[in-house]
Amino acid sequence: MLAKRIIPCLDVKEGRVVKGTNFVALRDAGDPIECGLRYSEEGADELVFLDITASSDRRNIVADMVRRVADSVNIPFTVGGGLRSVADIEHILRAGADKVSINTSAIENPQLITESAERFGSQCIVVAIDARRETEQKSSAKVFTHGGRVRTDLDAVEWAQRAASLGAGEIPLTSMDADGTKAGYDLDLTSRLSKSLQIPVIASGGAGTLEDLYLGLTEGAASAVLAASIFHFREVTIPQAKAYLRERGVLVR
Amino acid sequence: MITVVDYKLNNLRSIENTLRRLGHEVKVTSDPAEVRHAQKLILPGVGAFRDAMKNLRDMGLAEAFVDKVKAGTPTLGICLGMHLIFTESEEFGLHKGLNLIPGRVKKLPEGLHVPHMGWNQLHLKRSDRLTREVVPESFVYFVHSFYAQPDSAEVTLATTDYGFDFPAIVHFENIWATQFHPEKSQHVGERLLDNFARL
Repeated sequence: MLAKRIIPCLDVKEGRVVKGTNFVALRDAGDPIECGLRYSEEGADELVFLDITASSDRRNIVADMVRRVADSVNIPFTVGGGLRSVADIEHILRAGADKVSINTSAIENPQLITESAERFGSQCIVVAIDARRETEQKSSAKVFTHGGRVRTDLDAVEWAQRAASLGAGEIPLTSMDADGTKAGYDLDLTSRLSKSLQIPVIASGGAGTLEDLYLGLTEGAASAVLAASIFHFREVTIPQAKAYLRERGVLVR
Repeated sequence: MITVVDYKLNNLRSIENTLRRLGHEVKVTSDPAEVRHAQKLILPGVGAFRDAMKNLRDMGLAEAFVDKVKAGTPTLGICLGMHLIFTESEEFGLHKGLNLIPGRVKKLPEGLHVPHMGWNQLHLKRSDRLTREVVPESFVYFVHSFYAQPDSAEVTLATTDYGFDFPAIVHFENIWATQFHPEKSQHVGERLLDNFARL
């Protein structure tokens, strides 16, 4: 049977790994290739690199990193951040990424999902969603763009369904309410998304403990869990996470 | 020397790098003349069946590849490369394949999450040189929405369970093919590629 996946996410800037808390403060945590290799050797199932480089030479900096990762890591990896056109996506896939992740550009231009899915296949077009609940009580969550700075009127579940119908192959859902809090994934929203889609949903934002990973995959019904700081700072290691999940009856590699 | 057929639809660095790391010589080529001189062939691929067939034909690679495979060259198809080796595909209309293994490429059944993406297990049906030292139930990495169904059940070397059993590895005469990506399947994938290189 298909195993549930554990995916460390590395935020990279100018070729270095950083991790923001609630998308603001950044901390340096190492070299992306070394981190990626260590995670793959520990048993990570995939890797995600989110680039936040602001430099005008960003395109080349990222492609260079992608090439170096592809040369040394033999598990699949996704690259996201600042990809705005089919040409941008092609550039990264040609450099050796298995998938690309788009977010703001997909909302501004939904046709980008379809065009790139038709060109490269749905399996490599990941449409990431950053969502925040309007209030504590309300069940609806709105989609945010530009790294969480800009609110849209899109409902998270509706946008996810539309993205899937346009050709997205996978949806990582980041709960911005939970992100950086280590209080656990937004299980209710993750589960609603998972159950309303035919494509895999990845729980993201808020994992602080082994149990959070477990709940994301069970109550959240996600196909995979994504986390950054708990892995980067060795609070939880991939082998620990796998052993914990296995003990509780979750199929992992 | 292993010749990897490049029909300009994918990045082939992972396959090339993995084989090199394992100590094998690799040549990635789009030149039909080089395909005709291959000792071993790999037909890789991710993407659309129709586009791949068009590129293979337009670049003169289809004919060279088919001739070479029919001449007995050990050949490995990977993912879309597996599909292309079959008779025909139902991927967005009916399209003719290279027809080296009788069978048809079909869409994964309704009701499943598609694409089938992630690590899933190999159920080995019999022993084979390609799967030597591969532990039964090993996990390998899949990304696909379609699967190849050989006409003859004998052809299937390993199956994988995704709500139903589909062929994960096939072996027909001098042709082997995997639905998953050995170049992304870490140690298990390395073992398979190394076994192929040493056939």
